Amino acid sequence: MAGSAPYPKGNPRWLLAELTYACPLQCPYCSNPIDYASHSEELSTEEWQRVFSEARAMGAVQLGLSGGEPLTRRDLEELVRHARELGYYSNLISSGYGLTEARILKLKEAGLDHIQISIQAPEKTLNNYLAGADSYEQKKTAAHLIKRHGYPMVLCVVIHRRNIHLMREILELAIELGADYVELANTQYYGWAHLNRAQLMPTREQFKTAEAIAQGYKQKLKGRMKIYYVVPDYYEDRPKACMNGWGTTFLTIAPDGLALPCHEARMLPGLNCPNVREMSVREVWEHSEAFNRFRHFEWMREPCRSCPEKVKDYGGCRCQAYLLTGDMNATDPVCGLSPHRGKVREAIEEARLATEATGVQPLIFRNSRNSRALSTPESH
Amino acid sequence: MDPSFDSRLPLAFSPLHRLQWEEAQQKHVILYPEGMVELNLPAAEILKLCDGARTLDGIVEELERKFETSGLRDDILELVESALENGWIRTVSQG
Repeated sequence: MAGSAPYPKGNPRWLLAELTYACPLQCPYCSNPIDYASHSEELSTEEWQRVFSEARAMGAVQLGLSGGEPLTRRDLEELVRHARELGYYSNLISSGYGLTEARILKLKEAGLDHIQISIQAPEKTLNNYLAGADSYEQKKTAAHLIKRHGYPMVLCVVIHRRNIHLMREILELAIELGADYVELANTQYYGWAHLNRAQLMPTREQFKTAEAIAQGYKQKLKGRMKIYYVVPDYYEDRPKACMNGWGTTFLTIAPDGLALPCHEARMLPGLNCPNVREMSVREVWEHSEAFNRFRHFEWMREPCRSCPEKVKDYGGCRCQAYLLTGDMNATDPVCGLSPHRGKVREAIEEARLATEATGVQPLIFRNSRNSRALSTPESH
Repeated sequence: MDPSFDSRLPLAFSPLHRLQWEEAQQKHVILYPEGMVELNLPAAEILKLCDGARTLDGIVEELERKFETSGLRDDILELVESALENGWIRTVSQG
């Protein structure tokens, strides 16, 4: 009786605190909103501490300190200390650029549990081009220091057409740097990545080759280094169970205090996301319109409504449905049963044609100038 | 059942993981980068004894005394093997 399976009910377990949209890098696949430059009113130290306390009281235990680049917050150590006192497991999600030994030590003393850094590519020229900053050597130094000071380290690499041919080199670099975990994150096409999709999406053949290499390393490195492989959902036949179900597990707080059921949800029109400046975390989670909007199954249309798999994938990703069909209530078009599956095929075809075009097309880099130029006055 | 590791060595909880009681869930959990495993009561009892001093036999002895029973070795070994494989604990070389 798939139709009678209940929707999971739960309190937030994961709090993603996007401390700032400021970042010295310009990655063209950044998941921050395109109009980030118009949301500059960051929460204060005291406001973040209140949010951490309120979410912890509801049972949140994993805390992601993210951004932008969280290292640009001068009160980062103070926030980490508060998180540790509350019993969070705190994850610093940084690019590693600007992470000095002094800062690593101060964060350790404050009680930080783990540091994730990213590289854009396993070689200097491409890395620096994609990051929009001369950052490669500095990130490698930061990685060595993180391990020297006893942190578990995740190396995150966003995978796309400009670096997917370097899968083997990426994994060899991860070994060299002593990463405990490698996250091979095939680009998800939201935010800036959606803008650059035709220039970033690899072909199916490229995916298959790269995935086989990653799987080989997974076996080889078993027990030494864990490899998380984030699948590229455009090449799947069923959508992902986005955020483990809307409003069941994850809570994201944007730099300006906007509370989001997923870190991309800011783009959904008319969702009316609440702000923690005006509401407690408990009110946000239990009573806000936005967090209840896609809970349960009543909002669904066909083919989701009568589908036995709705209890597994919850209709897929709302943001992807909106980006590809213009309707956030639609079935995620990644699903083979979606009447809009053609939109995904078109995107794949568009990217394939771009690979055959002569000359490399320019990427649109994530920076404040481009953000302001691309923001429409009515966007929020 | 024979251990796949050198059971003369003490077992220690991994410095890259954290074991803690979660009031909201009323259970022990293991925390690690961006992940969490919820533990049942027996697993938590065993892992709490992986203190860098006790060996497998020491843990068996301690729990059999605590729960006034015997014959726990196979169940404990099974959990220890899987905890080693998951990297939650490790053997500590002496000297």
